[in-house]
Amino acid sequence: MTEKLDVTLSVNGKRYEMKVEPRRMLADAIREECGLTGTHLGCEHGVCGACTILMDDKPVRSCLMFAVQAEGAELRTVEGLAKGNELHPIQQAFWDHHGLQCGFCTPGFLMLATGVLEQNPNIGDEELVHALSSNLCRCTGYQNILKAVKAAREEMKP
Amino acid sequence: MKAPQFAYRAPRSIKEAVTALAESEGMGKILAGGQSLVPTMNFRLARPDMLIDINRISELDFARPENGKLRIGALTRHAAFERPFFEGPLARLLADVVQHIAHVPIRTRGTFTGSLAHADPASEWCLVACTLDAEMVAHSLEGERIIPAAEYFVTTLTTALTENELLVEARLPLLDDSWKHGFCEFNRRAGDFALSMSLVALKIENGRIAEARIGIGGVEDKPVRAPDAEAYLIGKTGEAADRVEAARLASEGIQPMDDMHAPADYRRDLTRAMVRRALERALAR
Ligand SMILES: Cc1cc2nc3c(=O)[nH]c(=O)nc-3n(C[C@H](O)[C@H](O)[C@H](O)COP(=O)(O)OP(=O)(O)OC[C@H]3O[C@@H](n4cnc5c(N)ncnc54)[C@H](O)[C@@H]3O)c2cc1C
Ligand code: FES
Ligand code: FES
Repeated sequence: MTEKLDVTLSVNGKRYEMKVEPRRMLADAIREECGLTGTHLGCEHGVCGACTILMDDKPVRSCLMFAVQAEGAELRTVEGLAKGNELHPIQQAFWDHHGLQCGFCTPGFLMLATGVLEQNPNIGDEELVHALSSNLCRCTGYQNILKAVKAAREEMKP
Repeated sequence: MKAPQFAYRAPRSIKEAVTALAESEGMGKILAGGQSLVPTMNFRLARPDMLIDINRISELDFARPENGKLRIGALTRHAAFERPFFEGPLARLLADVVQHIAHVPIRTRGTFTGSLAHADPASEWCLVACTLDAEMVAHSLEGERIIPAAEYFVTTLTTALTENELLVEARLPLLDDSWKHGFCEFNRRAGDFALSMSLVALKIENGRIAEARIGIGGVEDKPVRAPDAEAYLIGKTGEAADRVEAARLASEGIQPMDDMHAPADYRRDLTRAMVRRALERALAR
């Protein structure tokens, strides 16, 4: 086995120290070493978006990075959205508009939408559809996801 | 799947990176955005012994116009081009083209030069480099080498870069205000690789085309130009009949790939439409 590296990840403001092989995928480190299993893995090659998290506030695929590369960055996952029992506006909007069925794709969509709306609170409808086309959902047919994100766009306006 | 084992290096300077490359004796690979390399490793199609991660080399993190060129350092992500960050037609061209590259999260990480090094036949940035005659700046322990686009692209996933070279920068000519561009791409789903695409840049003087650049991507094993169509357009106004004829010439001049995604004849036909529409878009600006 290749030598293990000391890596410290900062996820949702909390520090996690670990020893991992260089090939340890960031998504796996978040799930296994940090115990945060909200981040899902579907395809493991960048296509489905289930593993989307925020790295320094920008959406990235955590299946296409190695854990060691994320040292020094601020990571945010779905577990960091709610404040205690109070859902984040994007979570509430998915609830209100039935933006999920089985829920497998949901953490990825929530993080993608949060990143996109934070960076561009006034994003137009067309650009929003284009941005959301990044992630796949096998259940909803996307219409309710789009409705939810549009509703959250209004809620999240600063 | 998960990537196979490898040794990891994270150099802090270009010098350290090219030294690590040389010491790996061809077994090391540069890790830039990882958006092409990591999927191929996860599929176990690539098994490099060592990854040399350039993401912490701050001297590679720049993108600026200088002396008539746009200099794009190796850590410039696709997303940097989403909003024009300098004046002129080139910034608008890049902002237009980048919308067609993958998706937001991939554009956050993927790099301009990583696309050039990977050299997928359907890469939009490779098409830009070919159409605008970019220069690629490569470093190795032997020093610096500047490779013009015409010599750089060899075939699918193969460039003129040697295994000891780091692509540190790409340079694009800054187009003056007499240039207009048009881009058109066909793919089955948003963000997928193109089955055919065309980038056109036209220099207009006194209402006539003084210089034409027509690039075609996703069709042959590397991006190509359409020299017959480019020559035909000189001195023309670019009215509908000119555009149709230029598109016909361009589509006859190519040797399209035949693969599971599309047969060659279909790609040729698509190319005719892509060139015509790219010309329309350029002239409508
Ligand atoms: C779902 C998905 C969809 C995509 N769709 C598109 C698309 O529509 N169009 C498109 O063009 N691309 C697409 N891509 C690929 C993406 O644009 C990659 O970012 C790009 O091809 C490679 O850039 P990178 O920085 O990620 O390079 P990496 O993946 O890090 O590296 C790719 C290759 O280039 C080499 N390399 C990288 N940088 C250098 C350098 N500076 N010097 C020497 N060698 C280097 C590496 O060793 C490796 O062999 C897609 C990717 C995914 C996952
Ligand atoms: S698991 Fe990362 S994109 Fe599918
Ligand atoms: S809700 Fe089932 S995949 Fe999206």
